[in-house]
Amino acid sequence: MSAPAAAPAVARTHVVRLPGFSTRVHPRTVLVCGILAAVVVVLFLVSLATGDYRLTLGQVTSALTGHADGLVRTVVLDWRLPRATLALLFGAALGLGGAVFQSLTRNPLGSPDIIGFDSGAYTGALVVMLWWHGGVGQQTTAAVVGGLATACAVYLLAYRRGVQGFRLIIVGIGVSAMLGAFNTWLILTSRLQDAMGAAAFGAGSLNEVGYGQLWAALAVLGVLVPAVLALGRRMRLLEMGDDAARQLGVPAEPTRLLLVAVGVGLTATVTAIAGPIAFVALVAPQVARRLVASPGTTLVGSALTGAVLLQSADWTAQHLVPTTPLPVGVVTVVLGGSYFVWLLVKEGIRS
Amino acid sequence: MTAVSAPAAPDRTAAAARPGAAGERARGVARATTTRGAWWLASLGLLLVVLLASVLVGSKHLGVGTAFTALFDPHAGGPALVVRDLRLPRTVLGLVTGVALGVAGALIQALTRNPLADPGILGVGTGSSLFVVVAVAFFGATQVTGYVWWAMAGAAVVTLVVLVVGSAGRGGGTPARLTLTGVGIGAVLGGVSTGITFLDPRAFDSMRSWVAGSVSGRPLSVTGEVLPFVVVGLGCAALVSRELNVIALGDDLANALGGRVVRARVLVIAAVTLLVGAATAASGPIGFVGLMVPHVARWLVGPDQRWILAFCLTLSPSLLIAADVVGRVVLHPAEVPAGIVTAFVGAPILIALARRTKASGL
Repeated sequence: MSAPAAAPAVARTHVVRLPGFSTRVHPRTVLVCGILAAVVVVLFLVSLATGDYRLTLGQVTSALTGHADGLVRTVVLDWRLPRATLALLFGAALGLGGAVFQSLTRNPLGSPDIIGFDSGAYTGALVVMLWWHGGVGQQTTAAVVGGLATACAVYLLAYRRGVQGFRLIIVGIGVSAMLGAFNTWLILTSRLQDAMGAAAFGAGSLNEVGYGQLWAALAVLGVLVPAVLALGRRMRLLEMGDDAARQLGVPAEPTRLLLVAVGVGLTATVTAIAGPIAFVALVAPQVARRLVASPGTTLVGSALTGAVLLQSADWTAQHLVPTTPLPVGVVTVVLGGSYFVWLLVKEGIRS
Repeated sequence: MTAVSAPAAPDRTAAAARPGAAGERARGVARATTTRGAWWLASLGLLLVVLLASVLVGSKHLGVGTAFTALFDPHAGGPALVVRDLRLPRTVLGLVTGVALGVAGALIQALTRNPLADPGILGVGTGSSLFVVVAVAFFGATQVTGYVWWAMAGAAVVTLVVLVVGSAGRGGGTPARLTLTGVGIGAVLGGVSTGITFLDPRAFDSMRSWVAGSVSGRPLSVTGEVLPFVVVGLGCAALVSRELNVIALGDDLANALGGRVVRARVLVIAAVTLLVGAATAASGPIGFVGLMVPHVARWLVGPDQRWILAFCLTLSPSLLIAADVVGRVVLHPAEVPAGIVTAFVGAPILIALARRTKASGL
C-alpha cells in the first residue's frame, strides 16, 4: 500500500518550543478538528432536541444542566441522552478502530468490516440469541469471540508470504458469504419475532439502547480510547516499516500486538452492543485523512469524523421514516458503500 | 486505495486474468474434440443421475417403483403426490435456475476476463433482489408473474452500472476494481433492501425465505413463467460464444481480429440480465454456482468458450440440484435451502482461487 503517494500534499507544520518541551503543530489539523468537534456538539444537541416531542435548544440545555423538570427532563435525560451519547461514542470508537487497522495493514481496506469481524460477531451473537436464548452478557461475549475467530481465520487464509490487500478482501468476502449463509439459515429457522430482532441487531441498531449499555460502553471505552491515543505516536512510526520503527526506538512486535488488541477491543465493544455497524470504520479514517490533508492516519481526526458520521446516520435512521425507526447500520451501509464506490471511481479516473 | 485498485503491471494482470492463460493449463484435460464430446456425455450422465436422485431422495422415503409410477401415471395418488407435487417441481426449477446461473457466470467471466466474477459477487443478484423487494413492499406483488420483470430490470440496471463504474477511467477497469465495485454496489443495494424489509414486516416475512435462495416450495407454474426468459438468454449466449474466444485476447486484439466487441458486450449483458433476472425471480439470489462451474469446465476443456458454455449447461444444474438434495438430508428433518449449501461449497473455492498465485496477482 502506497498510502503516502495517494495522500494530498503534507500540511504545513509549525514547531512550538517551550523550555523543556517542544511539539509540532499542524494548523490545518487543529482547524479541521476544531470544526469537527463543533459539528459533533451541534449534532449531539440536535439529536437531543428532535423527535416526536420537539424541544428548544434552551430546554435541552436546561435539562442537561439539571434545571428542567417534568416531561422535558424525562425526554432528554431518560429517553434521548443514552442514545445520543452512544452514537457519538461508538462513532468515535469505530473511527479509531478503523484507523488502527488501516494503519497496521497499511491498507484502506484493512478495516474490521472487510476482514470479516462483523459477520463473525453477528454469527456469535445470533447463535447465543436464537439457540440458547442467552442474556446480553453472553451475547456480548459470543459476539467478541465470533468476531475475533473470524478475523483470525480470514487473516490466516489470506496469508501467503504476507497479506496482500486484494487477497484479503476476497478471502473476507468468501468467509463473510459463508457466515452470511449460515446466519440466513439461523434466521430462517426461527420465529418471526426473534428473527426480526436478530435481523435488527445484524444490521446494527441503536434503537434499543439505554443507560445499561451506556455505562458498559463508557467503562470499556474509557480505558481503550486513552490507550489508543497514547499508542498513536508509536503507530505512526510503525507505518514506516518495522526496521525503521525499531531504529527510532519503537519495539515493533509488542506495539503491533497492543494495537491489534486495542483495535479489536474498540470494534468489538460497538459490535457487541449495537451489532455490526458497517462501513464507518472503513470510511471515517479515509475522510479524516482527506480533510486534514495528512499523509497517514490521524487518530483524533478519525475519531471525530466517525462520531459525526454515526451521529448523522443515526439521526437519519430515526427520522427518515416518521413511523418506523430504521437500524442505523442500514444508513451507514448505503452512505459508506456509496462513498467506497465513489472512491474506486475517482482512483480509477486518476490512475 | 492505490495498491488495490491499481495492481502491478498491466501485462501481468492481463495474463493472470485471461481465462485459461498462464496459471491454468493452456489446454484442458480433454484436448481432442472426441474426448471432449465423451466428457460432455459423461457430464450429461451425471446430470441424469442427479435428477434421478432429486426425485428419489427426501424426508419421505419412497421406493424407486413408487417414484416411477408417480412420474408416468398421472392418476397415481398417495405417496406419488409427494413426487409429483413437491420433488418434481423443485427438480425442474433447479434445472432451469442452474443452467441460467452457470451460463451467466461463464459469460460474465469471459466478458470481464475476471476469474473471480460471479453474478452474485458482482451484485447482480442483489440488485435483482432489491427490485423484487420494492415490488413486494410498495407495489403489492406477490406472485412471480408480478415481479419477474422487476427482477429483470434490477439485473439489467446493476449489470450496466457495475460494468460502467468498474471500468471508468483510462484503459478500462482492472478485474480487481470491477470486483470491488460490484461488492460495494451490492452492499449499498443490500442495505436498501434491508431497510425496506424493516419498514414492512409482511415483506420481511415473505422475503426471509426468498433471500436465502431456494428451489423448493415453488409450483411448476413458476418455472413456466421464467422459462421463456432463460431460453432467450441462452439464445443470446449461443450467438456470442464464438466472439468471446476473441475477446479473451483483449479488446484491442479482438477488434483487430475482426471481433465485434460492442455487439458481444451488448449480447452478453442482455443474456446475463435475462438469465440472472429469471433465476433470481424464481429462486431468490443463489450465489457461487456461476463462479464455480465455469472453472471446472475450463479445467476440463481449456479456454474455448463454446465448450465451456456447453459444460455449464450440464454441470451447473447438476451442482445446484445436488446442493438441493444435500440440503434435504444433511440436517434431516430440517431443510437447508440450496442457496446456503452452494455458499458453503462455493466460498472455500473462492478463497482457494484468491490464494492461487496467479489469481492473487490480479
